[in-house]
Amino acid sequence: MTATEIAPVGAASPQHVPYRPPRAVRYGATAGLLVLLIAFPLVLPNPTVTSIGVFTMIYLIAAIGWNIFSGYSGYISIGHAAYYGIGQYTVALITIHAHLPGGWGLFGLLPVAGVVSALASIPIGFLLLRVRRHTFIVLTIAIMFILQLLAFNLTRFTNGSGGLTMPFPTWTGNFFNMPFYYVGLLAAVVAGAAAWWIRRSKYGLGLFAIRDDEERARGLGIKVTRSKLIAYAASAFFVGIAGGLYAPFVGSVYPQFAFDPTFDLAVAVLVFVGGIGTLSGPVLGALVLIPLQQYFYLQFGNANLYLIAYGVLFILILRLLPGGIVPGVTSAWRARLVARARARQEDTRPEDTGLKDDAGQKGRA
Amino acid sequence: MSVIQVTDLKKSYGGIHALSGCSMTFEDKAINGLIGPNGSGKTTLFNVITGYETADSGQVSLRGQDITNAKPDEVFEQGIGRTFQITRIFPRLTVLENVHVAAQRQGFVAQARGWDSAAERERAMEVLEFVGLARLAPEIAGDLSYGQQKLLEFAFITMARPSVILLDEPAGGVNPSLLRHISDRIRALNSEGVTFIIVEHDMEFVMRLCDQVLVMHQGSALTSGPPEQVRSDPAVLEAYLGTGPKEGS
Repeated sequence: MTATEIAPVGAASPQHVPYRPPRAVRYGATAGLLVLLIAFPLVLPNPTVTSIGVFTMIYLIAAIGWNIFSGYSGYISIGHAAYYGIGQYTVALITIHAHLPGGWGLFGLLPVAGVVSALASIPIGFLLLRVRRHTFIVLTIAIMFILQLLAFNLTRFTNGSGGLTMPFPTWTGNFFNMPFYYVGLLAAVVAGAAAWWIRRSKYGLGLFAIRDDEERARGLGIKVTRSKLIAYAASAFFVGIAGGLYAPFVGSVYPQFAFDPTFDLAVAVLVFVGGIGTLSGPVLGALVLIPLQQYFYLQFGNANLYLIAYGVLFILILRLLPGGIVPGVTSAWRARLVARARARQEDTRPEDTGLKDDAGQKGRA
Repeated sequence: MSVIQVTDLKKSYGGIHALSGCSMTFEDKAINGLIGPNGSGKTTLFNVITGYETADSGQVSLRGQDITNAKPDEVFEQGIGRTFQITRIFPRLTVLENVHVAAQRQGFVAQARGWDSAAERERAMEVLEFVGLARLAPEIAGDLSYGQQKLLEFAFITMARPSVILLDEPAGGVNPSLLRHISDRIRALNSEGVTFIIVEHDMEFVMRLCDQVLVMHQGSALTSGPPEQVRSDPAVLEAYLGTGPKEGS
């Protein structure tokens, strides 16, 4: 091929302003956050506080997992509690039937919970992923409620509304929450690493292409059905692990808390608030909203008042930062840099950059 | 020699026959123009060839190999790339990422590796350079102007070195200088052996660029031949303008 001699319309070269903060800032922030999260229960060992930490880790794993599918592919699932529940029942049933004692050994079941959830997600995903957008969302909710009904009614298997009781670990006092917290943090780091890996892979680029225009992606050789199904199973894997951590932590499994519609809403809302499709969005959303939710719970009891707070916050975010906090802040930051670069350019060479003015709520920040 | 041959293709939507026994031969290494009045079935033919629609009956073959009702990804892997009437790019990805989407890789390990391998990046920059968008590589594609998006779509379908490129109205909504640029790029690729099939309403563009012009009317082939011959064919004028009042009636 030969280089073009004719410059296409409006292709005057603007000085490129990156869409994301520099690598050093991103890596530094990640490392700093990790140190804070490791130090947190050591600095604040109060069980009330560390229990908030455990719930935050459970939702953090689920949010990162959910984002791998819904954030990357654009298919919004409001039924991932299906896998949260399957993860819980997997751990509870194995523990009970194998007469396992409470304690460290149960954490070994977390990968099992993930694998069982992922395996269950394959036939379900195969059916669901034949439809798109709104129909898909409605069907994910339906599947979740079908599983909840099964959990209520397969009484010989699940003990129905009587629920299953898990053996408690022998840990006491300030230490009780620590193993759950650190195992949760480890699982969240693994989930985050997977999300990062997928995002930078060729496979992940295909998922983002599907999000933007599935038919166009198909016409460029992307195996869309396979790609979506793999992402769906990967996200079910991590949500299953979140469920597997929740069951031994609270010590019981009930159909309405395993297949819990408010879990679905919470996970979706916190990812939307943080920034859907981004790496840091689910982390930010979980670290801000789950402690807030737990605070409401502790302050006002089990009145689900946090859902009202979530609703208000969700509306505010949609009004003010439609892409979520992370894309909103980075695009505002970039808009400033663009304005500065333009001012510099106009000083030296007044020329059209060929780009629209709107920096937009875009990008894979 | 033919590159794509369609034989007796039929496609109906309810009572509407979008393709009613369409048979056509597109010449290899040529710039084939496909014209016809609105609703004559040109885009449906494109959709059937590229797997976006399934034919009710009939056959599509690529160099003698049957590709009837192959899926869009399979058709692309066979070496047929296409653009859409309304430009379709990935607006939230960068220009460079857009081009990389079309780079083909087989196997799990290859898919798990980073998307911007050195060899692919070199090729991606080459195709961006070719259409004149290299300097915009790191920008978000949705921020490009309409004309630049059209060039980007053209660039990414060439990424995998297709042997046949189907362009659906490349001149639509494009200013004259950009149109010259697009024609120039089409000619350059054609001289390297790429076959083009171009659906276009801009007759001047078609007549100037194409080696062969095929005319569709009411879902089937009306006529074909060199541009000059087609331009003066009374049947073509009739298809476009309708039958005039007959003398003495």
